[in-house]
Amino acid sequence: MTAEHPRSDDRTAGPEQHAPARRGGVSRRDLLGASAVGLSGVTVGVVAGRASATEPGPAPAPAPEQESAVVPFHGARQAGITTVPQDHLTLVALDLSEGVDRGALVRMMRILTDDISRLTAGEPALTDTEPELALSPAHLTVTVGVGPGFFDAADLADRRPAWLRPLPAFTVDELEDRWSGGDVVLQICADDPITTAHAARILSREVRTFASVRWTQRGFRRREQAPEQAAEVGGGSVRNLMGQVDGTRNLVMPGDDALVWIGAQSQEWFGPAPAWAVDGSAMVVRRIRMELDTWDEVDRPARESTIGRRLDNGAPLTGEQEHDEPDLTAVTELGFPVIETFAHIRRARSDDGRQRFLRRPYNFDEAPEPGRTSNSGLVFITFQTDVDAQFLPIQRRLDELDLLNQWTTPIGSAVFAVLPGCTPRSYLGASLLA
Amino acid sequence: MRTTHARSTTPALAAALTGLLALAACGTTEEDSPAGSVSTDGEAQVSITDPWVKAADEGMTAAFGTITNPGEEDVVVTAADTGVSTMMELHEMATGDSGEMVMTEKEGGIVVPAGGQAELNPGGDHLMLMDLTEPLEPGQDISITLTMEDGSRFSFDAPVRSFDGAEEEYMGDMEDMDDMEMDDSGTETDAP
Ligand code: HEM
Ligand SMILES: [Cu+2]
Repeated sequence: MTAEHPRSDDRTAGPEQHAPARRGGVSRRDLLGASAVGLSGVTVGVVAGRASATEPGPAPAPAPEQESAVVPFHGARQAGITTVPQDHLTLVALDLSEGVDRGALVRMMRILTDDISRLTAGEPALTDTEPELALSPAHLTVTVGVGPGFFDAADLADRRPAWLRPLPAFTVDELEDRWSGGDVVLQICADDPITTAHAARILSREVRTFASVRWTQRGFRRREQAPEQAAEVGGGSVRNLMGQVDGTRNLVMPGDDALVWIGAQSQEWFGPAPAWAVDGSAMVVRRIRMELDTWDEVDRPARESTIGRRLDNGAPLTGEQEHDEPDLTAVTELGFPVIETFAHIRRARSDDGRQRFLRRPYNFDEAPEPGRTSNSGLVFITFQTDVDAQFLPIQRRLDELDLLNQWTTPIGSAVFAVLPGCTPRSYLGASLLA
Repeated sequence: MRTTHARSTTPALAAALTGLLALAACGTTEEDSPAGSVSTDGEAQVSITDPWVKAADEGMTAAFGTITNPGEEDVVVTAADTGVSTMMELHEMATGDSGEMVMTEKEGGIVVPAGGQAELNPGGDHLMLMDLTEPLEPGQDISITLTMEDGSRFSFDAPVRSFDGAEEEYMGDMEDMDDMEMDDSGTETDAP
């Protein structure tokens, strides 16, 4: 598997995706040429692209300026993880239907792979009934992961990574079934909400004989900084709906690759992973409600103390600029720590540099329940190589003590194994199912 | 876009196609490949782009795709076969007796113009699998062979997909039409 998946230069290293210098580096022609063979079961695979006079295709090609809005789908690793976060998220969890076995899962993954490869390139899906909606790729990525139930259905329990199970219960949790679990996840991200809506609709429709939608979580974010700057800090900071600058201290790609992508280094650190999972990742999804109605009672200094950072620019309370290193030892004249003992950023840190993960969260904002004025929070998504070793220790620390807990409540939880990427001749999940 | 070209019928063509495959394997684009100009002795070669078949448990279903004819003479598809249906027909949409669109057998076959294409779409011309011998499940591939007016043949594999459209009523001239529903979801079949 790994052998037929050579690392390619165009894999989804985040900082590269939006950098102007890279625009046009991946031509649409390359993508089409690469994707023309194999996936649809074509046996006599002579490659033909679309743009020639002798082989005009049935669908119009995207306008030239949209070519730069294509994030390559094929590669050793899936896009949508270290890709600079797009503005819109539709996160779909699927439940596998009764009787879906390994053979059916192969068929399902081939369908998903084919449709995703087309949609991310700005082409209609094979049976697209609204082909015009596919023509704005808007940096569309669809990242596919599988939950614990996938391994039972495939009768491959021995290939399930040890960390792939529901997170343990935490005292802060008020989990609801309707936001938790799932056998398959599709993380659909794009800069245009029409694009995410169309992709979500097509993909869930195309696999409807295999799986049904368990839950859908929509989210949005907007880059606080210029994209160029944002790229340098692994996606950059955004405002969340508590008004905070969120994302300041995050993993930085490519330097922190080994904390996100399962490989030799991660296995050296955290122990062996199943062979199929190399170049995959581990995904945690927590739906966290913000108690904005009680947050309203908190004045600005107390809000800043809760996190340990300023609200205006996200600088640590011991510094001036967002990226100043927090001084956790600094004390006030009265001898109290400037950054409080139970401030979120102090509690979310560990002396062990391996207890880190990539945060790729989106805001959610839904219709308030009767009697409330808000229904907001984070679709808090993290990527790591080992949930138990990297994520859980921090989540436990926060569960024990974190000032922020008073105004945040986890209401959904799910863990998925992100599949490795695939080549044009293969399909997502081949290393697991083959 | 996924395109299948004709299998070779002559040694010269075989050599040409082998060359193409080698090029394709290197990831070249069709700009570099002479796919559009392959022909031998005036015998036109066709290719099909994005073929697919509508999933069905039994009865009738349809296949679609875009057939391209790079040659200098028109090609006429006169028949189609597959291992999963006792019979296949070439269909077109026509206006029925009461003004509604119905599908009927396409007289004279499907013409793929020289240097042009024939598009097979839900709601338009299509290949009809008249009586499935086994369920067609989404994600599986089935093989279909087209026969041209001149007797040459062209085979390709088409993936099966779930699809709710292509529910047209059939106006054929067969007696046992009641057995031939598009799928098990209760397609209306309009007996003449
Ligand atoms: C609604 C819930 C949450 C909100 C509003 C929130 C907000 C923030 C903010 C404003 C920061 C400071 C800026 C930054 O470095 O990004 C931060 C940092 C951080 N948060 Fe959260 N957070 C939430 C939940 C969580 C959870 C559940 C975890 C982990 C299980 C977590 C882990 C972290 C980490 C690791 C940092 C960086 C700490 C550092 O190294 O300085 N957060 N969060
Ligand atoms: Cu028909």
